[in-house]
Amino acid sequence: MTTAESSTAGAPHGRYPAGQGSARARDLHLTDSVRSARQDARAQGGQSGQWMPYLPASGSPYCPPEVDPSALVWAETVAPGGYTHKVLARGTRLRFDDPTGDACAHLLLFNALEPIERLNVADTQKIPWQAYLGQNHPLLSGDGRVLAVVSGDSSGRHDAFCGTTTDAWNERKYGDARPEGPSPSGRGLFLKAAAKHGLSRRDLPPGVSFFQGVRVESDGTLGWQGSAGPGTHVELIAEMPLLVLVANVAHPLDPRPGYVVGPLRVHAWRGAPTGPGEPRFTATPELHRAYLNTVDYCEARGL
Amino acid sequence: MATTRTGNTPVTRPTVPGGPVASTVPVGAVYAEGTRLEWGASLVEGSVVLDETVAPNAPWSAVVRQGHVLTIVDVGGNQSADCLLYSADDPEERYSVPDTLSWQGNAYVRTGTVLRSNEGRPLMTVVANEIDRQDTIGGACGKESNTLRYGHHVMFQHGCRENFLAEAGRRGLGVRDLVSNLNWFMNVPVEADGALGIVDGMSAPGRRVAVRAERDVLVLVSNCPQMNNPCNDFNPTPLRMLVVDPTPAARETRLAPPVGDARSAAAAGTPEGAS
Ligand SMILES: [Zn+2]
Repeated sequence: MTTAESSTAGAPHGRYPAGQGSARARDLHLTDSVRSARQDARAQGGQSGQWMPYLPASGSPYCPPEVDPSALVWAETVAPGGYTHKVLARGTRLRFDDPTGDACAHLLLFNALEPIERLNVADTQKIPWQAYLGQNHPLLSGDGRVLAVVSGDSSGRHDAFCGTTTDAWNERKYGDARPEGPSPSGRGLFLKAAAKHGLSRRDLPPGVSFFQGVRVESDGTLGWQGSAGPGTHVELIAEMPLLVLVANVAHPLDPRPGYVVGPLRVHAWRGAPTGPGEPRFTATPELHRAYLNTVDYCEARGL
Repeated sequence: MATTRTGNTPVTRPTVPGGPVASTVPVGAVYAEGTRLEWGASLVEGSVVLDETVAPNAPWSAVVRQGHVLTIVDVGGNQSADCLLYSADDPEERYSVPDTLSWQGNAYVRTGTVLRSNEGRPLMTVVANEIDRQDTIGGACGKESNTLRYGHHVMFQHGCRENFLAEAGRRGLGVRDLVSNLNWFMNVPVEADGALGIVDGMSAPGRRVAVRAERDVLVLVSNCPQMNNPCNDFNPTPLRMLVVDPTPAARETRLAPPVGDARSAAAAGTPEGAS
């Protein structure tokens, strides 16, 4: 580690309030021996920040209403321009909250057991005969199964057309797309999240995004609808064991000249997959057969 | 990669010296006798570097060199040509529906649409088009998705995903490389309430679309065998694939092998100046 003031690592962190006032970070740490460095490092624990995972998840300060905190398996606030990822058991409830109205949760889903099975946006729009995501909309794989279903939605402003941003897009729009920079692309973040599960470029299909709506006009124009305002949420049920990748980045069609993204809260808790006795299971002929395929796969695998 | 793939065998009954071989295999349907077929010609002037027929139900692929123009002829009318594109030099960079749509701000493909990669760069550009709009929302049919759409009794049928897997395998690609695709000559409207679906086509025998390669592009096509919706008018017909080199120099040296490396001109001709 260098202590030089020209270190680029120091600059961005200085933008966030971390209880350090205007003092230089260097002046706050006594690290001239292993013992003092260890003391200094350990003294930093136990703090909280605006965006962080909460461990154990049951200790989340933002446990969703009517959820038993002890059932939580994932609790996190994703920073603007940040990403997260998790492997979830079948039946897990997954909830995204947009506290400011400026979050944009770009999502990719994979079958955690066989990641070559993954979200297929074309099938997700075509098979339900519906382009816009909402209550009971299945997120389908290319293998005819339900990876997840939208089980709750207080926003109604989502998008399955535009996918996420690329480096080329953000460089053109914001002049920068570095994942560590001020305007990271969604794809750049997905690449890192995927890499942590052994996946790479070719494993990233088109995705969907929540909280910033797009509507297709009669001539095909993709019209910007934007957010439904602060305080909305979306809830999903993992109908299969899932690898979930999330990037919280500005939507490609966001018309604002700046890169505006709010924090994204993520919570997941134990639950059961949609079962044959529930109305959703047979809500439409297509959804019914998709569930039959899903249960068939899971039963055979002993899930 | 080879420039072309030869030996497109039409789906016909196999024959041995003793005559046709009986088969109990329930293969896909082909067009009815008497179907009008218009074989057309290239939409763009140039020397022909490839001229092949894709039989009903069959896959096809070829590398289209930078600057060359691929014309696809809808020989029998309303025959969906499901299509995927890959950068020939780096197939992990491949066609992307959302990038194509986001960059143009429109959900439909028409003349001028730049077909972009998952990294936002141009792969091909639609330079001519003889139907109102082309589809890239509807995705590909497949055995698995057919079970959702029509029931498990059609699981045995052939599908575009099967064609893509078979043809991708011949090019060293696989299931990880299949993404949402283009559907030339297919009609998928999005209505005001978000209702979306494959409806009767707007094409006709001999209608064409032409796409110019902005760099060397591997083109995968599935001549859609679907018999449960109107994406081929329930009458699978052939496609004609024509690649021409439109440059004047190439016209003088007809049928010369493709010029070794045209990549030095990369991006110069790409629309929107993006690269
Ligand atoms: Zn098909």
